[in-house]
Amino acid sequence: MGWETVIGLEVHVQLATHSKLFSGSSTTFGAAPNTQANVFDLAMPGTLPVLNEQALRMAVKFGLAVDAEIGRRSVFDRKNYFYPDLPKGYQVSQLDFPTVGKGSLEITLEDGSTRVIGITRAHIEEDAGKSLHEDYQGQTGIDLNRAGTPLLEIVSEPELANAKEAVAYLKKLHSIIRYLGISDGNMSQGSMRCDANVSVRKTGSTELGTRAEIKNINSFRFVEKAILHEAQRQIDILEDGGRIVQETRLYDADRDETRSMRSKEVANDYRYFPEPDLLPVVIDEAYIEAVRAELPELPNAKRERFVAQYSLSEYDAGVIASSREMAEFFEEVVTICDDAKLSSNWVTVDLQAVLNKQDLEIEQSPISAKRLGELIARIKDQTISSKIAKTVFEAMLDSSQSADEIIESQGLKQVTDSGAIEKLVDEVIAGNPEQVEQYRAGKEKVFAFFIGQAMKASRGKANPEQLNALLKQKLKA
Amino acid sequence: MSDRTVAALSRSLAKGEFSSVELTQDYLSRIALHNKGLNAYITVTEELALAQAAQADALRAKGQHGPLTGIPIAHKDIFCIQDVRTTCGSKMLSNFIAPYNATVVERLNAAGTVTLGKTNMDEFAMGSSNETSFYGAVRNPWDSERVPGGSSGGSAAAVAADLCAIATGTDTGGSIRQPAAFCGVTGFKPSYGRISRWGMIAFASSLDQAGPISKSAEDAALMMNAMAGPDPRDSTCVDGAAPDYMATLNDPLKGLRIGVPRQHITKGLGAEVEKALQEALKVFESLGATVKEIDLPNNHLSVSAYYVIAPAEASANLSRFDGVRYGYRCDKPVNLEDMYKRSRSEGFGDEVKRRIMVGTYALSAGYYDAYYLKAQRIRRLIKQDFDAAFKEVDVIIGPTTPHTAFKIGEKSDDPVTMYLEDIYTIGVNLAGLPGISIPAGSTNESGKALPIGIQLVGSDFAEAKVLNIAHQFQLNTDWHKQTAEV
Repeated sequence: MGWETVIGLEVHVQLATHSKLFSGSSTTFGAAPNTQANVFDLAMPGTLPVLNEQALRMAVKFGLAVDAEIGRRSVFDRKNYFYPDLPKGYQVSQLDFPTVGKGSLEITLEDGSTRVIGITRAHIEEDAGKSLHEDYQGQTGIDLNRAGTPLLEIVSEPELANAKEAVAYLKKLHSIIRYLGISDGNMSQGSMRCDANVSVRKTGSTELGTRAEIKNINSFRFVEKAILHEAQRQIDILEDGGRIVQETRLYDADRDETRSMRSKEVANDYRYFPEPDLLPVVIDEAYIEAVRAELPELPNAKRERFVAQYSLSEYDAGVIASSREMAEFFEEVVTICDDAKLSSNWVTVDLQAVLNKQDLEIEQSPISAKRLGELIARIKDQTISSKIAKTVFEAMLDSSQSADEIIESQGLKQVTDSGAIEKLVDEVIAGNPEQVEQYRAGKEKVFAFFIGQAMKASRGKANPEQLNALLKQKLKA
Repeated sequence: MSDRTVAALSRSLAKGEFSSVELTQDYLSRIALHNKGLNAYITVTEELALAQAAQADALRAKGQHGPLTGIPIAHKDIFCIQDVRTTCGSKMLSNFIAPYNATVVERLNAAGTVTLGKTNMDEFAMGSSNETSFYGAVRNPWDSERVPGGSSGGSAAAVAADLCAIATGTDTGGSIRQPAAFCGVTGFKPSYGRISRWGMIAFASSLDQAGPISKSAEDAALMMNAMAGPDPRDSTCVDGAAPDYMATLNDPLKGLRIGVPRQHITKGLGAEVEKALQEALKVFESLGATVKEIDLPNNHLSVSAYYVIAPAEASANLSRFDGVRYGYRCDKPVNLEDMYKRSRSEGFGDEVKRRIMVGTYALSAGYYDAYYLKAQRIRRLIKQDFDAAFKEVDVIIGPTTPHTAFKIGEKSDDPVTMYLEDIYTIGVNLAGLPGISIPAGSTNESGKALPIGIQLVGSDFAEAKVLNIAHQFQLNTDWHKQTAEV
């Protein structure tokens, strides 16, 4: 009898507001320490919080995107603990009445199958500052620029069955928050952070095992590795007759292992209570409908539309729709060249390969959607062949010239003039009497030789269909 | 200058009998003479006062003045004043120079008041006698052996001893009204949400409310006109402009329905105080009001509920005083925990520590339901009692305190007895209602006259009504005109 893994994810998403959750300070990343902290962020005596409406709106937007119940009356609470980068001595969060309640998310697995994962809740809370230990001998520096930045903590049900599902869930969340424009989702800068609750149990068991919470997982790849490692660690312990301790563990990417941070058995008592400086937030139907009206087309809807409108395969449509930027790029390409199938191939295969190689996002693509569309348009109108198009594409990578300019300047225009092609064919037939003999004797394989010769003579520019037809006709004679 | 109400001072300033600078100098010399004995001020801001007075005189010369232009004021040391030390009565903030102005200060500055200084108070507003101040007890101007009440004891004593014309205070469980009663001045706590709390150092956020301490209800109305109104920096401050509190001061009281809570007239109430209350009710009846007995059946639970809710909120509000960014930090901490423990142990006084511990306990896992949640339920019951009463009457009148000012040291070893001094005022905070204490009598204790206060409580946001009733009483009595000999 084997083991199965049960995973729930808690994902902290930094909301892309201009100012902090409860103060007017800027949230721009990377400013000099403590230059984005006002009297409230410093927890000066007498200061009070004022809720940033934009953060609330973004949370509601997320809730609607995952079909969640929206809390009509959400309440902020104080979570009390002492830490130098927590200036007030409490974090303002939402405990019993979060803005976003139960919802769900459909994930797509590698084999193309889909699963629906429950979302327990998503609540709004403020981020802490940063403690800087490295730069100060025997002291700690405190940077409060990040203190008070709005976060949305999205909690999944413990329904993910393995590391790959966890990654698929995380990628889908990432895709949605970027679609909604509520976060840049940048994991390396910490604007999307993931904690994983991992437990294992005997296959077929319905009871949950004791879980460990793994913190500090800051890339998709590490999520997979950390979960795989942690599940194996727990299985090893259980198979040796041991028991799992409920605790918080830290993932160390350098060593690819998790290690204990603190035991939950001596857990902090956070003494939550309703934040008296803020009134409960009451959200009415009109507000919800106004936010709903702002929702963009989401990945699933977009995928279905691509299948219906452009006759793309489910797979291609899914790949393109997973990223809002890629989908927009694709649609711009289609608008210009009017060929969805070609556009899909070029975007997901040729262009994607370049982006992967250069580690670029599609917004940073060296070839704009307009230029790519124009290139594909030349394939479609037979100015160039698909093969020549690759050459033009390569040339476009290193220049800002349009496809037409490159075709023109390098003389790559396809030969479609039947007179010119006929001349080529005649020359090839005249120059290779031996092969003509063989072909006419029934060795049809030699036909490829003639195509090759003719193409070579045209420097690849002869229209392949015309060439084909003409050669066949002349060789028969 | 015998009548030192704002109304009288403003008339003299207008007639040019004296300038604001001269008036301010007079107050500063009175402070220099008497503050050593009374200890009403923690900080005197002489330079700031004279600069503001000169500015006020200049504005008056240009005809750009209002009723508060050039009037010397004292601010309770709980309000942040930019570039001025703001201690909140604590060692913890003995070195804290506020980097910004409280809304209350900003608005009174804009109204042209002259800031004489910061008044003494119980540490972090926790106390009913002013004895918990790190800066020493304030003495009652009527009898220096006695307390002025608290926590706004410095403000009440300063107004009573005429070391300022008017003062600001804050009231969480009676901290404006009780010292006003003990010192024979007018002290007004508006409805919760009427005045912005921005820049007012928090004790218990859901109960704290700023208000005026003055020599008359009319002065309180003048101050309210400057202080009240919405503030986008305080989410709990109500929207909508505050009314003109002067406009209705002279409304007649004919037909006014007064309720006297049965639960306030008990054997715990001093005979002299009860007598003063009865006399006051006769005055109101002579003005056309009717008096009936009403019920506040859960009033006896108010002190218990308050001493769970207020410390619970305080335990979190005071967490920011950790020695990290400002305020007191212990000498040579060996590590983070040592810094936290010693900075807070050394920086806070006993009463503050007691309340932090009580509040922390009440919020702890396993106790939250039994204490915090239960106290919140009682709070709702108390509010319902008041709502029911206000269906029958327009105002509730009773004693402000069971007794007159007690002696320094008399109750300081017995916190619970001290807490019970607030039995008549606390429910008003729990219900968020407006309440005023006005002088209504006097007792004679070993040859010293001690003032008696009565409390008028209005329904939600009925500040104008409460001030109107208090003003009409003062037009027909002289208790508020009695002055302490210092």
